[in-house]
Amino acid sequence: MIQTLFGNPFGKPEADKEEEKKPGLFDRMKQAVTRTRENLSERIEEIVSIGKEIDRDTLDELEASLISADLGVNTTHKILESLRDRADRKQIKDSDELKRLLKEELLAILAQTPAKAAKALDGEPEVVLVVGVNGTGKTTTIGKLANALRADGKSVLLCAADTFRAAAIEQLEVWGSRTGVEVIKTKPGGDPSAVLFDALSAAKARKTDYVIVDTAGRLHTKTSLMSELDKMRRTAQRISPGAPHETLLVMDATTGQNGLQQARQFTQAAGVTGIVLTKLDGTAKGGVVIAISQELGLPVRYVGVGEQIGDLLPFDAQAFVDGLFE
Amino acid sequence: MFENLSDKLQRAFKNLRGQGIINEENIGEALKEIRMALLEADVNFKVVKELIEHIREKALGQEVMTALSPTEQVVKIMRDEMVAILGKDTAKLKFASQPPTVVLMAGLQGSGKTTTSGKLAAWLKKGGHRPMLVSVDVYRPAARQQLKIVADAIKANIYEGKVDGDVGTALVERLAKEARRDAVNSGCDVLIVDTAGRLHIDDQLMDEMQVLKKRLNPQEILFVADAMTGQDAVKSADEFHKKLTLTGVVLSKMDGDARGGAALSIRNVTGQPIKFIGVGEKYDALEPFHPDRIVSRIMGMGDMMSLIEKAEETLDKKQSEDFAKKALTGDGFSLGDFRDQLRQVKKLGSLQSIVGMLPKVGPFAGMQAAVDKVDDKELGRVEAIINSMTPYERDHHEAINGSRRKRIARGSGTSVQEVNQLLRQYAQMKKMFKQMGKGGGFMARKMMGMKMPGM
Repeated sequence: MIQTLFGNPFGKPEADKEEEKKPGLFDRMKQAVTRTRENLSERIEEIVSIGKEIDRDTLDELEASLISADLGVNTTHKILESLRDRADRKQIKDSDELKRLLKEELLAILAQTPAKAAKALDGEPEVVLVVGVNGTGKTTTIGKLANALRADGKSVLLCAADTFRAAAIEQLEVWGSRTGVEVIKTKPGGDPSAVLFDALSAAKARKTDYVIVDTAGRLHTKTSLMSELDKMRRTAQRISPGAPHETLLVMDATTGQNGLQQARQFTQAAGVTGIVLTKLDGTAKGGVVIAISQELGLPVRYVGVGEQIGDLLPFDAQAFVDGLFE
Repeated sequence: MFENLSDKLQRAFKNLRGQGIINEENIGEALKEIRMALLEADVNFKVVKELIEHIREKALGQEVMTALSPTEQVVKIMRDEMVAILGKDTAKLKFASQPPTVVLMAGLQGSGKTTTSGKLAAWLKKGGHRPMLVSVDVYRPAARQQLKIVADAIKANIYEGKVDGDVGTALVERLAKEARRDAVNSGCDVLIVDTAGRLHIDDQLMDEMQVLKKRLNPQEILFVADAMTGQDAVKSADEFHKKLTLTGVVLSKMDGDARGGAALSIRNVTGQPIKFIGVGEKYDALEPFHPDRIVSRIMGMGDMMSLIEKAEETLDKKQSEDFAKKALTGDGFSLGDFRDQLRQVKKLGSLQSIVGMLPKVGPFAGMQAAVDKVDDKELGRVEAIINSMTPYERDHHEAINGSRRKRIARGSGTSVQEVNQLLRQYAQMKKMFKQMGKGGGFMARKMMGMKMPGM
């Protein structure tokens, strides 16, 4: 499992044997990607059972499977290139071997990402900036994240810096009261950097462990809105050196190849350090994170698997990939 | 890699000229490129497969015409095929013979239903209707409050109702029923029902949609889909359509740079027309859907029509023409004129968004990279510098000496170097325009004809 910024706020590590009662982390991850797995495995099974010999047609079909999981043409080709090489050398003989190899390729891509974000100085709050395009689930993710941190005994402050969208502040406040966390806010239309300043000052004075900052959804093509994020970063920096320590890009699992562009632009403007992949409880596969990981080396930190407060899990590359092919 | 589909097709066809006919062999490479391009644009891979087959059939045996290059021929076939899928019908809503007309909004979480509901109400108001809004999203925190704020902003009627007592679907049903009654009583002719986002595989909530449909008997059930959706678009749209029989689609967040291949996928699987596209967060940012434009976008051929339309809407034509005349003839243009042009261009949006609408091929190929290097803020600085000049200085740039430059730099919060740079560029530009004008030649006429502001 990847080391998260928060240590492991989601409970005990897997190795702990105490977990018998609840379905393990691994199982829940698997459950979340079951549909993906069924689809993908079925197709691979179908392809491979045609004959023992793996020919080029088989690999072409495999290409279609990966593409329909939103991995994108480039990533798919990179993965298949090496599979193809080995198939040509007749090293792959059956479906199991093909799957194992494909898994290895995917894991290798996910593994090349740096796992760790920066740490706050002693006595300073950890600042988590949450960004993304409109409607990906930023506010919901923040609610879940606050809950997980509270459960881990941390003190949390929420910062309602989405002053633009109608009722965004109210939405965050509902999550605040659900998790027993105070929300620092301003009036609608207020300056996001100003409310961030207030939140960080308050957190410093109260020695709060974490500040999670909700920002307005924005399309990565809007230059002025993107530079607003840069301004917020600078504001955070001024009050707490090194902040924000983590910048999470919240991405909807249904996102197609535009996800790459999102990741690029938000990383450029807001220094993204990790991804939260939301809505993985649907039929969408979120394969674009593999493309993002391959191209930008951004790690996935969490996955959202439902609307309930506990439906946020740390991302586990092994489980994610295993789940796809088991 | 997508940027130059045309280049790639050209390469794929490079040996075709001599052969005279498009055949299985020489089209293979081109189809492969098309396939890649469509997949990269998020068109569902099954839809891509179908499309490729159609294009192959149509293209095979076609004589290579002299008027069109083989590339152009295939691109034309491709374009026609896609437009055929998308259909011609655009923004029209069915209205009930007995008001109120009920429009039910449906879609996944975060697709933009609430914002679209507001935009639709604003659009209807503009068309002389009296819409009423109601939110039956009793699940997401502050969702109903959001629609209330939206309704207030566009001054549309909203039925708020009380949420005590019932819960879940019972509450949803009650609110819908009450809203309908309220619409009749207050003389509203259209009721727009904003619903909670739901997953297409959430049986309980999909049942709720069916209950709503039965209760309200809506004329329109609009599926709001995010333009950035990938391959999964087919599954969600298909499931929503099976359960609800959709009547149309709204494609949201089209103001981003997503290619919007989901449009093809959704249209293909539901057979229902895309009626509107959402192009911004303001309440008037709802536009009728134009199949040919999105086809260009999916193909990476740019969206020239939208750009031209936008230019016509926002730019002052007369001012541009005057500028062109002034710049190309006589004394040339002043720094004041230059500033006016800058302001006009700024009205169009960021440079990035303008260039985003240009084709990524041919003469425009390098534009994106060039513009990426230009900071929009630079335009602001240039404007600030010119603002800090006196009217006399704007007309007589040669009079701006060292001390004036210092003052201008101070006044505009820039440096003397930046002022120098602007003056140098301005002088060059002025000279260039004058030469073009003197030539009286092709370029000058072309520039005047374009009616686009010179930069």
